[in-house]
Amino acid sequence: MTAVRCVDLCKTYRQGDEDIKALDHVSIDIEEAGFVCLSAPSGGGKTTLLNAIGGLDMPDSGEVWVADRRIDQMSKGELAELRLSSIGFVFQAYNLIPVLTARENIEFVMQVQGVPAKQRAEQSLAILEEVGLSGLEDRRPAEMSGGQQQRVAVARAIVSRPALVLADEPTANLDSKTSDELMTLFTELNRHHNTTFVIATHDQRVMRYAKRLVRMLDGRIVDDIAQDAA
Amino acid sequence: MNIVARLAWRNLWRHRRRTWLTVGAMVFSNTLLVFMISMQFGMYDLMIDNTLKVFTGHMQVQAPGYKDDQKMRQTVPDIVPLAGRLRAEFPTEKIAARGWAFALASSEERSYGVGIFGVEPEYEPQVSSIPGLIAEGRYLQQSDAPEIVIGAVLARNLRVGIGDELTLLGSGRDGSFAAAVATVVGIFESGVPDVDRSFAQMPIVAFQDVFFMEGAGHQVVISAPTLEEAERILPDIDAALPSDEGLVMHDWDALQPGLKQAIKADMSSAFFMYGILVVLVAFSVLNTQLMSVLERTHEFGIVMSLGLKPGQLGRLVMLETAMLGLIGFVLGAIGGVIVTSYFSANGLSIPGMEEMAANFNLPPRIYFQATPWTMAIGPFVVFVFTLLAAVYPALRLHKLHPVEAMRVN
Ligand SMILES: Nc1ncnc2c1ncn2[C@@H]1O[C@H](COP(=O)(O)OP(=O)(O)OP(=O)(O)O)[C@@H](O)[C@H]1O
Ligand SMILES: [Mg+2]
Repeated sequence: MTAVRCVDLCKTYRQGDEDIKALDHVSIDIEEAGFVCLSAPSGGGKTTLLNAIGGLDMPDSGEVWVADRRIDQMSKGELAELRLSSIGFVFQAYNLIPVLTARENIEFVMQVQGVPAKQRAEQSLAILEEVGLSGLEDRRPAEMSGGQQQRVAVARAIVSRPALVLADEPTANLDSKTSDELMTLFTELNRHHNTTFVIATHDQRVMRYAKRLVRMLDGRIVDDIAQDAA
Repeated sequence: MNIVARLAWRNLWRHRRRTWLTVGAMVFSNTLLVFMISMQFGMYDLMIDNTLKVFTGHMQVQAPGYKDDQKMRQTVPDIVPLAGRLRAEFPTEKIAARGWAFALASSEERSYGVGIFGVEPEYEPQVSSIPGLIAEGRYLQQSDAPEIVIGAVLARNLRVGIGDELTLLGSGRDGSFAAAVATVVGIFESGVPDVDRSFAQMPIVAFQDVFFMEGAGHQVVISAPTLEEAERILPDIDAALPSDEGLVMHDWDALQPGLKQAIKADMSSAFFMYGILVVLVAFSVLNTQLMSVLERTHEFGIVMSLGLKPGQLGRLVMLETAMLGLIGFVLGAIGGVIVTSYFSANGLSIPGMEEMAANFNLPPRIYFQATPWTMAIGPFVVFVFTLLAAVYPALRLHKLHPVEAMRVN
């Protein structure tokens, strides 16, 4: 089974008189339990591709399949269900809800998923420990550093063990030690739970963990190589 | 507490001042509404009560057809014993028998047409305020004395005073010629020219003699302690009437049909005003919630990206609004209850009202009607409109596109 399949995706943004091809005939298959790093210079189309895979944004043409279901034709409601049940997102900017604490931010989505309170509490505390934030569970985003917020966002994305994790620059605000820890956590999830990871990054250190490295430039895939993960 | 509820609650206090201002508008209008509505209904009670206390009573027993066509022949037989029996059976009600006839009253100098009531001197003061308005002389005492009390205007017109005699000419129950002489013992003054000009009262037994009533009369007037009590007891009294004479029972609405109409007219203009107040509050809530939704576009983009549907976010907004509305409801209702309880116990006196009430021998203050209904309806309607006002902001969420929303800062 392929976790993600993109067929001939195109997405053009119009900026002033210029057409910007954010995605230019992109096709890619990502196998289940894949661990893919997307790397591209800024503006290369990473975020646009991740959004298309997650059903957040529709490509102008082409097909997107997630877990063998075609999603570019799904309704908004179906897409929301799919995201809620099987996709974990880590956004480029740390996107936490400001009035909720670290732990509540993590539990919020679980509650919407219908996870019982006791299980929510256990899992959220466990995941906070795994991302190295034990003791910070009652802090609100404004009371945490950028890196800490980023890790809460990661925790929120993976706490429900989604089949697919889409992470946009998850280590952007982390020091090398913390980002190594985070990548180790991702690797373990990938190994033990067959979670598929697609990670957009500039970070060489992150790329070392990938089983497959995809390079993009100006909306096109220019390089796609398998590698031995660190 | 449920995280969604916690989220809603905290969202509410992101802008403390704005929330309190909105709540303040609700509390103010709720308190005002409770004040106005309970005053309004207190006033209606007073209006009904006062009108009925003057003369009509809460209900009357009459012969069928008498109400619409007041013929002397349509009588209640043995009216004094009947009234006595009802008094014994319903000790909490005030009950008095009356007869009515039209006569020409003449003094030495002049003559005027006048409506003459035969009344029970002992009981009439309990069902009518007129006996309390005697300005000169005294009220009737013995039920068979040839005495009469008349209004001040009539006395002036006839140029009679206390101790003078009046000759009455009319027709009796059987159509025969009726004539009598009665001594003026009292003059009442209500301040209402119509009342003071055209009524007179005689003791009922004397009245029955003069007009050949053979023990009959025309109405048994019944006054209950309260309007509600009157409505409650009417069927019981009706059932206690002798079954063979086909007597009918009229409630106050049938006796004074204009009263309810006046109240209805007043109510519709009052409720129009309340409506405007409620709509103003609803717009203030709409404004607040719209702002609060717009400034959270970015955040809503995130949670939609995580898989929340617009409907679920809409429910969050509704929940926030419901919390806001509930605070306004509770505080406003508390304010309203305090104000209403005070005025329902102590009454409110409106300038100018005291003299008018004194003229009619009536209570001078409005006692607010403090029922769950008068105290809850205003705040409840405000609450409902508050929720309605959040529908538009909540529906707007359906237009939100997660990626675009996340770009907004
Ligand atoms: N909403 C938009 N409107 C106009 N142009 C856009 C929009 N979103 C993306 N673009 C353009 O599309 C191209 C691809 O953007 P994208 O965000 O996918 O790049 P990226 O690889 O994620 O870059 P970065 O590393 O800086 O995050 C860029 O040139 C960008 O300017
Ligand atoms: Mg990007």
